[in-house]
Amino acid sequence: MFDLFNVNKFQTLTAIAAPFPQKNVDTDLIIRIERCTGTPKEELGKYAFEMARFLPGGAENPDFVLNQPRYRKAQIMVCGEFFGTGSSREVAVWALESLGVRCVIAPSFGQIFFNNCFQNSLLAIVLPAPEVEALMRKASQPDAAPFTVDLAQQTINGTVHFDVAPRNKKMLLEGLDEIGLTLAMEPKIAAFQAADRLRRPWIYPS
Amino acid sequence: MMPQTMFDKIWDQHVVEDLGDGVQLLHVDRHLMHELSGHRGQLELKARGIRMRNPGLTIGSMDHVVSTAPGAKGGNAPWADKMIDTFRLESRLAGVKIYDIGQDGQGIVHVVGPELGFTLPGVTLLCGDSHTCTHGALGALAWGIGTSELTHVLATQTIVQQRPKTMCAHFDGKPARAVTAKDMILALIGKIGTAGGVGYAVEYAGEAIRGLEMEGRLTVCNLSIELGAKTGMVAPDEKTYAYLKGRRHAPTGALWDQALASWKTLPSDAEARFDLEYAIDCSSLAPQITWGTSPEDVIGVDGTIPGNKPEALAYMGLTAGKPIAGTKVDRVFIGSCTNSRLPDLRAAAEVVRGRKAAKHVNAWVVPGSWRIKQDAEAEGLHQIFLEAGFEWREAGCSLCVGVNGDLVEPQARCVSTSNRNFVGRQGPQARTHLASPAMAAAAAIAGEIVDVRSF
Repeated sequence: MFDLFNVNKFQTLTAIAAPFPQKNVDTDLIIRIERCTGTPKEELGKYAFEMARFLPGGAENPDFVLNQPRYRKAQIMVCGEFFGTGSSREVAVWALESLGVRCVIAPSFGQIFFNNCFQNSLLAIVLPAPEVEALMRKASQPDAAPFTVDLAQQTINGTVHFDVAPRNKKMLLEGLDEIGLTLAMEPKIAAFQAADRLRRPWIYPS
Repeated sequence: MMPQTMFDKIWDQHVVEDLGDGVQLLHVDRHLMHELSGHRGQLELKARGIRMRNPGLTIGSMDHVVSTAPGAKGGNAPWADKMIDTFRLESRLAGVKIYDIGQDGQGIVHVVGPELGFTLPGVTLLCGDSHTCTHGALGALAWGIGTSELTHVLATQTIVQQRPKTMCAHFDGKPARAVTAKDMILALIGKIGTAGGVGYAVEYAGEAIRGLEMEGRLTVCNLSIELGAKTGMVAPDEKTYAYLKGRRHAPTGALWDQALASWKTLPSDAEARFDLEYAIDCSSLAPQITWGTSPEDVIGVDGTIPGNKPEALAYMGLTAGKPIAGTKVDRVFIGSCTNSRLPDLRAAAEVVRGRKAAKHVNAWVVPGSWRIKQDAEAEGLHQIFLEAGFEWREAGCSLCVGVNGDLVEPQARCVSTSNRNFVGRQGPQARTHLASPAMAAAAAIAGEIVDVRSF
């Protein structure tokens, strides 16, 4: 029997939300590929959004949302359409987590990025575009209060309802480890392969 | 029985357990690894003290961080060599077959999977790389995964997955001369957008798809991820079987016959319904080229630059309303898992033959695999490129992603046969125009974006 790894839980989060309306933010923009070559997960935040966050020369770009004093501690990002498109690099999720981001809200996500979020404890919420825009307006107000995301209730600020796949919800609420769960199903995997070897023997090198 | 799509048939054959709410545990028949994402998964597995479940169902190669400099035999930085060594060692300890640098079988994983006959119709195939959808060209169900899912595959030979919806994209009509697989799929991305495929597994069908050889189908399926789709696939046919027969990992003898009988049951039933359908008329397409920073920013090479994305135009250094043709280029890249196969190199060489690259253009040809490089050299293609002033390099991902240090300079403009024109993709501030191999070759000769039909 294998120990279940301790995965961080996500239950409720009250935090500053940063508006980031840019569309088609790809994982190359979230983190450059050459930063994926050995930096420990916890340190990847320094490279998150590197090309947008810093000016050529290395100074901070004051226009980038997360460099603005009121959004420096943002843990929620309200994003434009198709956030996380592109490469499968899971470092994009680790970089966001290392930066302190725990929830991303967008009208749609790159699908590999979306899956990678739930393999960690980054809650990715899909909402219709008008609702995302309303949240973005709210986050942009000078006196914007922190947002509260409640996964159990599936609400943002108590009023905006969001959908989440039941399994993803359970994984995050309980901090479950998918590898551990599947390893516990080993007899079913073995039975599948035994039957499949008869049905499709060419799949399995002898 | 209910008529089924090819996607549904393959998915259903791989369900190990239904986990409820549309989520299923699927068997993974084939797993491909490259050094960059592969070694990280191997180390995660090791850290957890878990043994790889089915090493015989995985193969690996080196592509992302290898140097493609002529004659190179490793990475081009100490960290790259270290990563390659880790991947080699962990693969050997686990019993995974690796096609290493300098060996027949080495190359971009999405090139060598089909080339080795490791990719087969009807299999589930996963890899820690978003362009894994490429393998759908053989009628496989294939998609890219992150490190955690990769580790899950190593540990369990399965994947937990939400079932996507189905889409069919019909490519009708006969494409004109110089209109290629690359132009067909770019046109679809331009039509429905890079988020147009989110939530869907796409089947490519129609006369123009049937007319493509396997390499062209691989190009079409390769860009499924740029459509936002889970995967893309083409029904296997006689071309598929002829392509596979005799390849290194393909079944032989009685197993081949048994496999073939099974593969012939895979194509979608005539009455099968898709959740969404699109049609593209290929007979009216011009060669395509991108002008912005997303693959959906695409026009015919005879078109004018649109004004709907000012930020993209500012990044690209272009002016709305001007023709795209005539835009001066600095770099040309012919390569990547999209367009680095032998017919791609032949098409480029056909344009280049007897001509010279413009003096200000630095043009590269990077074959997709060691085998393609040998075959191309046997045909003398390398001589055509070298005599024209192109660089002829070793197999790898190279300038498509730049992780090996192959980069386009800031603000330099590159016509590239790769798959992503994202901000900074080919290097900080680099400007990328995606196009077919023939279009890229023509740009190198003319020194500017040019309609290859004028050659």
